[in-house]
Amino acid sequence: MNRKKSSALLQQFLFVGPSTIFFILIMIIPFLLGLYYSFTNWNGVSSKIDWVGFDNFVTIFTNDDKFRDAFWFTTRFTVLGVILTNLLGFLLAYFLTKPLKTRNVLRTIFFMPNVIGGLLLGFIWQFIFVKGFAAIGNATNLGFFNLPWLGTKGTAFWAIVIVFVWQTAGYLMVIYISSLNNVPKDILEAAEIDGASRGQVLRSIIIPLVMPAVTVCLFLAISWSFKMFDLNLSLTKGGPFGSTESVAMNIYNEAYTNNRLGLGTAKAVIFFIVVAIITSLQVRFTKSKEVEA
Amino acid sequence: METMKKYRLNTLATEIIMIIVALLFLVPFYFLFVNSVKTFGELLTDSAGLPTAFEWSNYSRAWNITNFPLAFWNSLVVTVVSNLLLAMLSAMTAYQMVRRNTRFNQLMFALFVAAMVIPFQSIMIPLVKVTATLGINNSLYGLIICYLGFGVPLSVFLFHGFVKSIPVEIEEAATVDGASGYGVFFRVVFPLMKPMFVTVIILNTLWIWNDYLLPSLILQSAELRTIPIATFAFFGQYTKQWDLALPALVLGIMPVIIFFLAMQKYIIEGITQGAVKG
Repeated sequence: MNRKKSSALLQQFLFVGPSTIFFILIMIIPFLLGLYYSFTNWNGVSSKIDWVGFDNFVTIFTNDDKFRDAFWFTTRFTVLGVILTNLLGFLLAYFLTKPLKTRNVLRTIFFMPNVIGGLLLGFIWQFIFVKGFAAIGNATNLGFFNLPWLGTKGTAFWAIVIVFVWQTAGYLMVIYISSLNNVPKDILEAAEIDGASRGQVLRSIIIPLVMPAVTVCLFLAISWSFKMFDLNLSLTKGGPFGSTESVAMNIYNEAYTNNRLGLGTAKAVIFFIVVAIITSLQVRFTKSKEVEA
Repeated sequence: METMKKYRLNTLATEIIMIIVALLFLVPFYFLFVNSVKTFGELLTDSAGLPTAFEWSNYSRAWNITNFPLAFWNSLVVTVVSNLLLAMLSAMTAYQMVRRNTRFNQLMFALFVAAMVIPFQSIMIPLVKVTATLGINNSLYGLIICYLGFGVPLSVFLFHGFVKSIPVEIEEAATVDGASGYGVFFRVVFPLMKPMFVTVIILNTLWIWNDYLLPSLILQSAELRTIPIATFAFFGQYTKQWDLALPALVLGIMPVIIFFLAMQKYIIEGITQGAVKG
């Protein structure tokens, strides 16, 4: 009996131990340390770290325009980016579930931008916005392409939105396609026989039935856009004049450009709380809209 | 007959519109490839047209300056080793957590799930300090350890849902036949988990291969650079030198594009599975 118990313990240790140790070392300890550092004036250089109470949080909320701007930028970007990429992803999926001959090739093309990392995509699009759009503008005389895309605050914002949607829509499309394929054919046929228009079928049958996929896709898109860093860094570096600096980039700069690591971790704690609240609210909201066929 | 014809016309119209949209999607790749073989002068005066002559020396220069083979090797080592360990450890953990539902395992699983909402940027600053204290910063194996820590929650979560769907009777039959606890897992359960291995490995590969921020914080030496880091360093030095930058970018995206085209079926399946479970 005793031998059996100790061998069960050994198996528990071998199977759960390693992943638990890595997890605690890499996630839990830094997370707890971060909570502690957010109440200090840690600067990364001096070994003397003083407890400063809520000073960092007071500074962030009352005296940090850049963080406020970064939050506002990230919020606007998230709202627009999430809506547009989901709309495009759903539309692509909706049409690609029709019996098109080129369906598979099209699916491959729409998905392809997604396998490339945000950092390289940002550099590629830098060239497109600076040289490519100018060339199209010259050839077509369309004002849209002759804008200084990365040069002004308004256009730089849209430039990031465009690249984000181009990159992520294909991923969401894949999820929507699998969900659309699961909509029972007999319900659609019954609706058609009853004389429902295509718009009615979409609104009253298809959309309610793909709500679980909407939950997943909104969750993914919110989490990508709210945490954006790579694309931001390589496409605009937060410019012009810091107008496209995301929260993640603001945290990074506070810690590694300004060397105020205590303040940076305080921002990181706020960032974590906001992300946790948004994602849990969103999942709860969309789940309440799910129906079963 | 009437509706049949209308249906075909509609489908044809949809098909044409979708092909046009797809071509628009490809425009950035057109600009990238076409201009990567132009001379600097031609690239500035005519970025839309096809190249008049192929300037392949752009590629050899970019290849040498970025030290592409080394960056590729570093990316490959980190991605492959992290993936194998991550999938293996997570599968074992998830299996144990489902089949031995002790209070400790319940608590750990709850922690894994909760940790999935923690954004990387929320813990990166103290993480750098932790890795320095442990002496695992500025090394590929240190980076791999970080990926294990960050990857475990989602991977365990995905395997956890999958193991629950495996009927326990199969394992009981194996035990009756004399298999040990390890034998049951490695000979019976492990092969059944294959579809979920594909999903987990695909999701983790796309994440780790393309990741920039974590390796940029952990690795300092030039000889340890992965592809994203090498590309970033290169851009810092050769801003606006598009005749070098574009071929460097083509080199940088080629491995993952080839991987995608070869493994497309599995990638699409993996993402669908991952999303359904997540």
